[in-house]
Amino acid sequence: MESNMLKEDNKIFKNLYNSYGWNINDAIERQDWNNTKEIISKGREWIIEEIKASELRGRGGAGFPTGLKWSFAPKEVGSRPHYLVINADESEPGTCKDRDILRFEPQKLIEGCLIAGFAVNAHVCYIYIRGEYFNEGKRLQEAINQAYEKKFLGKNACGSGWNFDIHIHYGAGAYICGEETALLESMEGNKGQPRLKPPFPALVGLYGCPTIVNNVETIAVVPSILRRGGKWFASLGKPKNTGTKIFCISGNVNTPCNVEEEMGIPLKDLIEKHAGGVIGGWNNLQAVIPGGSSMPLLPKKVCDTITMDFDSLIANKSGLGTAGVVVINKQQDIISCMARIARFYKHESCGQCTPCREGSGWMWRILDRVAKRKATYSDIDLLEDVTKQIEGHTICAFGEGSAWPVQGLLRHFRKEIDSRCRGEPLVKKKVNNPYLVDQHLLENKNA
Amino acid sequence: MSLKKVHKDQPSDFNFNKKNLEQVDIILKRYPKKNKKSAVMPLLYLAQRQNNNWIPLAAMKYIGKLLSMPYISVYEVATFYTMYNLAPVGKHFIQVCTTTPCLIRGADKLVKLCKEKISPNENELSKKGDCSWVEVECLGACVNAPMMQINDNYYEDLDEKSTIEILNSLIKDKPLKPGSYRGRKSTSPEKIKSTNGEQHA
Repeated sequence: MESNMLKEDNKIFKNLYNSYGWNINDAIERQDWNNTKEIISKGREWIIEEIKASELRGRGGAGFPTGLKWSFAPKEVGSRPHYLVINADESEPGTCKDRDILRFEPQKLIEGCLIAGFAVNAHVCYIYIRGEYFNEGKRLQEAINQAYEKKFLGKNACGSGWNFDIHIHYGAGAYICGEETALLESMEGNKGQPRLKPPFPALVGLYGCPTIVNNVETIAVVPSILRRGGKWFASLGKPKNTGTKIFCISGNVNTPCNVEEEMGIPLKDLIEKHAGGVIGGWNNLQAVIPGGSSMPLLPKKVCDTITMDFDSLIANKSGLGTAGVVVINKQQDIISCMARIARFYKHESCGQCTPCREGSGWMWRILDRVAKRKATYSDIDLLEDVTKQIEGHTICAFGEGSAWPVQGLLRHFRKEIDSRCRGEPLVKKKVNNPYLVDQHLLENKNA
Repeated sequence: MSLKKVHKDQPSDFNFNKKNLEQVDIILKRYPKKNKKSAVMPLLYLAQRQNNNWIPLAAMKYIGKLLSMPYISVYEVATFYTMYNLAPVGKHFIQVCTTTPCLIRGADKLVKLCKEKISPNENELSKKGDCSWVEVECLGACVNAPMMQINDNYYEDLDEKSTIEILNSLIKDKPLKPGSYRGRKSTSPEKIKSTNGEQHA
């Protein structure tokens, strides 16, 4: 049983629970900042090739190959400076991994920033932290100050001959700013509304300059990969889904926790060995959201055998996303749970594209009606149609993120939904509401 | 999209105090000189902290002038992001996360307690006037659900009993310590015997 769990030696985030202290001296004892100068002296081509060889895929949700992304940055710096931006706007419901990295392994992130910054020709790095993580941001700032004191940052950072500065920028409670172009808009002092792609940020990003945007976890694993070799990282997990990953297991489990595990670990092992099992036993499982709220849920039948990696989840019409595993047992009303997620997306839509702005509200209202047993069968067909009208018709992936969970619910729990619907509408009288007004605002004066 | 109302009674004037003006200089150094506009978010935070945790319209006009950007652009930013309060909130500002991972571990009970103890409605000051509460979307501590944020701090692993204790301590103006209320270490798995029972709110 124990043998197929990730070996302690192969763990990258040894201080995930702050057992050994977060200070720079503790971090140096854990081999952070060891040989950084030599790694950088091997040159950017070597760094990018090694990351490509490790087959590291972005940990922020989309799973884009990191080495490839870095290679999109122009090879030579032209008239415009390059920027590195770290996305620490962790807001996906079910996900809280970056928070632990910021709190307990800040030096891994800072070292990764320096190496990544060098690899993409950037002298300045901005870390965009969600505003709610005020204390985590303070901790990171302390860690950055410690790194400056040791001359690991600043002019001639770490003796590498490369000048490098890191600044923190706080967000202010907008989920959409986790989308890379919205994040850049937000950093420029605008509303966080996504931009059209192309041009991609690697060519036209922050202040119109070439910018590489990476997730916290992606950057924090880079130094370990380069020290131990891309081959080592690629030997963990499955082909094309390599390495280790921090999983956040929340919801109806006995001991919810964050844990670093190999990619491709069976979901059942993850829940039973690390999170103490489902409350009420495995047979009491109703569904699992495998990768943060925007990934379609999986019914128990699929959960029995599925492995946690990008490709096998895609094959089951879901996705690994941020690896925020939300476990829902049979005591929960699955439709209310998904209606709440729909409300989340309704609240967080930035309002730029009509299908998403209006559709997310529609989906929430219909699901809310279903949960209250007030919906009709025709409402459900409408709901399905609305999800299709949103998907693929928006500037950013938020549209898909809001439509997919609802599609997942319709795919796997259609019977449950139909059993709560009626043929005739509950209220036949026309309600005299102004056109296109959000129903809940009429009830809620404080909204 | 967040919808917020601007407070009725607005102060006529706003200026950063001396300490914050020094902060402004430090913040502006982070961004390229021609991109001063980037500082609008940190500056709004400064204004919010200086003005009892809410931003008056005068502060937006002031920041607009300071960064040479139109007032409407500052207004746009201040109304877009949920963390900028445009009306007074309590000295102890309670934000209860009610998104699904917290909901399935009993966040609705926390909301009920807030309604009983603090005020019947969101964004309403308590009787003594130093607490207010609001329901918010995911605060990113799902493994420690249910949880709430009071001012800058996270209170995690709550149940009904601990929530009552925390709310009472706020009403008495002697807030309890933040962190986990089940005595666990950050996000590590607890070493409890799996009882298959409910150990949360």
